[in-house]
Amino acid sequence: MTESPKVPRQAARQHPKPPEGTWTEHYPELGTAPVSYENSISPEFFALEREAIFKRAWLNVGRVEQLRRKGGFFTKELAVAKTSLIVVRGMDDRIRAFHNVCRHRGNKLVWTDHPAREISGTCRQFACKYHGWTYELDGRCSFILQEGEFFGIDKADYGLVPVHCEVWKGFIFVNLAQEPSQTLSEFLGPMITAIDYPFEKLTQRYYYRGDIRSNWKVFLDAFQEFYHPPILHGHQNPVMRQADYKEKGFYTSHFQIDGPHRVGSTTGGAGGKLVPEFYNPMEQLMRSGLFGPWDPSEIVTDELPPGLNPGKKKNWGLDSFQIFPNFAIVFWETGWYLTYHYWPVAHDRLLFEANAYFTPPRSVRERLAQQLGIATIKEYALEDCGTLEATQMGLESRAVTTFPLGDQEFMCRHLNKVVGTWVDDYQRKQKEG
Amino acid sequence: MAEPLLPPEFSDLEPWVADWCLDSEPERYAKRLSSTMDEIQAFYDAVFPRAEEAIQYLEKFPLDDLPEDAFRLLKLLYSLILMSFPVEIWKQPYIPDTGTAQFELKIEPVP
Repeated sequence: MTESPKVPRQAARQHPKPPEGTWTEHYPELGTAPVSYENSISPEFFALEREAIFKRAWLNVGRVEQLRRKGGFFTKELAVAKTSLIVVRGMDDRIRAFHNVCRHRGNKLVWTDHPAREISGTCRQFACKYHGWTYELDGRCSFILQEGEFFGIDKADYGLVPVHCEVWKGFIFVNLAQEPSQTLSEFLGPMITAIDYPFEKLTQRYYYRGDIRSNWKVFLDAFQEFYHPPILHGHQNPVMRQADYKEKGFYTSHFQIDGPHRVGSTTGGAGGKLVPEFYNPMEQLMRSGLFGPWDPSEIVTDELPPGLNPGKKKNWGLDSFQIFPNFAIVFWETGWYLTYHYWPVAHDRLLFEANAYFTPPRSVRERLAQQLGIATIKEYALEDCGTLEATQMGLESRAVTTFPLGDQEFMCRHLNKVVGTWVDDYQRKQKEG
Repeated sequence: MAEPLLPPEFSDLEPWVADWCLDSEPERYAKRLSSTMDEIQAFYDAVFPRAEEAIQYLEKFPLDDLPEDAFRLLKLLYSLILMSFPVEIWKQPYIPDTGTAQFELKIEPVP
């Protein structure tokens, strides 16, 4: 029997663990052994992930507010699947997704100025820049220039190639499989679909993106454990708070998994609740900081929205829901949320997207509090970006091949496990034919 | 005399408008990286003490109907927020240990 990590008495009282003694052992299938990150430095493994995970799982590509009007569309570059998608709201108000490829000669259908760049807009039809073949918003081909020159052609056979597309709570998901093995709702499972949050009220959006030289899992891992912030980000706090953090560390209050998805809940940023010396002057002035406004938004009531704080913890501050494979939603106690997307580009490169969603500010003071909140995201995220590029280099040396993960890194261990399971499953099915 | 750029109560901040009233986060961040610590500190020292008063002044207007001079004042506060990190935390314009990593705000609300 392995010895459970020893937890200081105060932390054990404040953040009690399951009867097994640790979160990790509460889910025995995870094991407690050191893990390998070969899956994050191998181009061959990345080739498998493309097929086994990203062409099978439901992937979030945006929200319905990005397509407010009929004919509203955006394109989404999915380097991981070597494709581009058009996501569009039809005249019938239905949201559909198509591969962004003209059926005539394979030209990319919707783009402007730079073929690799994402665009958005509103239109009535999509016309190819090359020979003018035209498609309706529901994908039907409606015009072929000099149609009589072609041989036995029927426009009905030349619609855009559809991609499975479903919406959950305003989040638009696609699935690149021919026939997905699960509906979106089945895939998300009871823990995620229990969330009933007023997303539609949080329309004030900030969108960051970065091109990062690390594996998507190596990067994601930093955003699903709260073990590193007191050290990597500690010096962003005034000296007094740094000392407190370094002494005590930080404990996640609750971990839970449901299928490939997971959640961690913490006391959050404790914005404004501690002594003033724990905050920088700008934080005190704007009543905001790490991360987000200190004062509750208009959606905050005595009761949390269903599905949040699944561990029913006192002093709840945030939930970090990790939706497999590459999507996260972080809910904050003052009534706003963040999403993260980790889009693999190569085994050692990703596109990182962060969106912050607030209720529309009712005053300049609220607007500024939101502004400081999103500014801190960048200060923190860039520290992560630099460090994770360094981690990627360290892993690629293969000087060390297995790595111990603590109980606070429960979610990293789970992701590593699930990725392995999906790839094994894919390979087994390939062999079985 | 040139047309005032800021509300009269904040005429002392006029000299900062030309360089620090910027429309977007990427512009503000570029300004941060291209400025010396002395320049950033001087801007912070001039605007921070007036910030609470500026907020109270701006609170008089609906956010979606700010007069032009008030909007400029608000933009100075957006710059102040971004410049507070070098001043209060890093003691240098850029975030330490971030290498060549890029992370840019592509969509932000206006105002």
